[in-house]
Amino acid sequence: MVDLTDVAFAGMAVVIVGGAISALEAREIVYGAIGLAFSFFGVAGLFFLLDAPFVAVFQITVYIGAVAVLILFTVMLVREGRWMRDSLGSLERLVGIFTAVVLAASLALAFAASHLLNSVEASTAPSFVGIGQFIAGPFAPALELLALVLAAAVLGAMMLAKVERKDNP
Amino acid sequence: MIALYDYLVVSAALFAVGVYGLVTKRNAMRLVFSVEMLINAANINFIAFNRYLWATAPFGQTVVLFSIALAAGEAAVILAVVVVAYRVHDDVDVSELKSLEG
Repeated sequence: MVDLTDVAFAGMAVVIVGGAISALEAREIVYGAIGLAFSFFGVAGLFFLLDAPFVAVFQITVYIGAVAVLILFTVMLVREGRWMRDSLGSLERLVGIFTAVVLAASLALAFAASHLLNSVEASTAPSFVGIGQFIAGPFAPALELLALVLAAAVLGAMMLAKVERKDNP
Repeated sequence: MIALYDYLVVSAALFAVGVYGLVTKRNAMRLVFSVEMLINAANINFIAFNRYLWATAPFGQTVVLFSIALAAGEAAVILAVVVVAYRVHDDVDVSELKSLEG
């Protein structure tokens, strides 16, 4: 008997890693951006499986609705033929793959060696009602700070991207 | 039955792909992709640990909400810098952007 959640998890894992790899290796960077959006979507699916529906919907809204679209717009704005070139030697690629594999293997072995391997899922999921209590309580200063950071980021991005005209009135 | 270890392995794989991109790619957009992957890998860990090890309160979920908002602001700034670099240098290859090099 195959458990449906196992199938969903395997599918999400394939979408996440496959989307991430295609984001980096797709020849056209536009397709790479779409692969990245699929990867974000897979992460949102994992959040659903982990009983965090609020965070999952937040992930879809912000990452796929805002960040992925922003990246797509930027890619299309500065689109140019030689922009897409991949001047990558095979040696560099081998070194990169070696680094990634060693990193992933050592992380997995470290997790396997810890006692975390035997931990079982808690019987009750944390209720997302608590998120509001956290944000209104101990996280309130962080929320205020985050608002300032976001305002500064938006203002800075607008200042950077502003086109200065010579015939400014 | 999905174990905590499975989530950690998926997160480690996503993290490794992001590091691979940071090591090998020189196109600024691909570097943005890689950084977003690293952030997502960390977020998966937060939610998984919250669910498996300390499920009394959604502390990790709250942290991830803040992390997602910060990542969105960061992406906006980086993309603006990319647009400016393209306008000034006609290029987004980070090994060619040497104005700040000492």
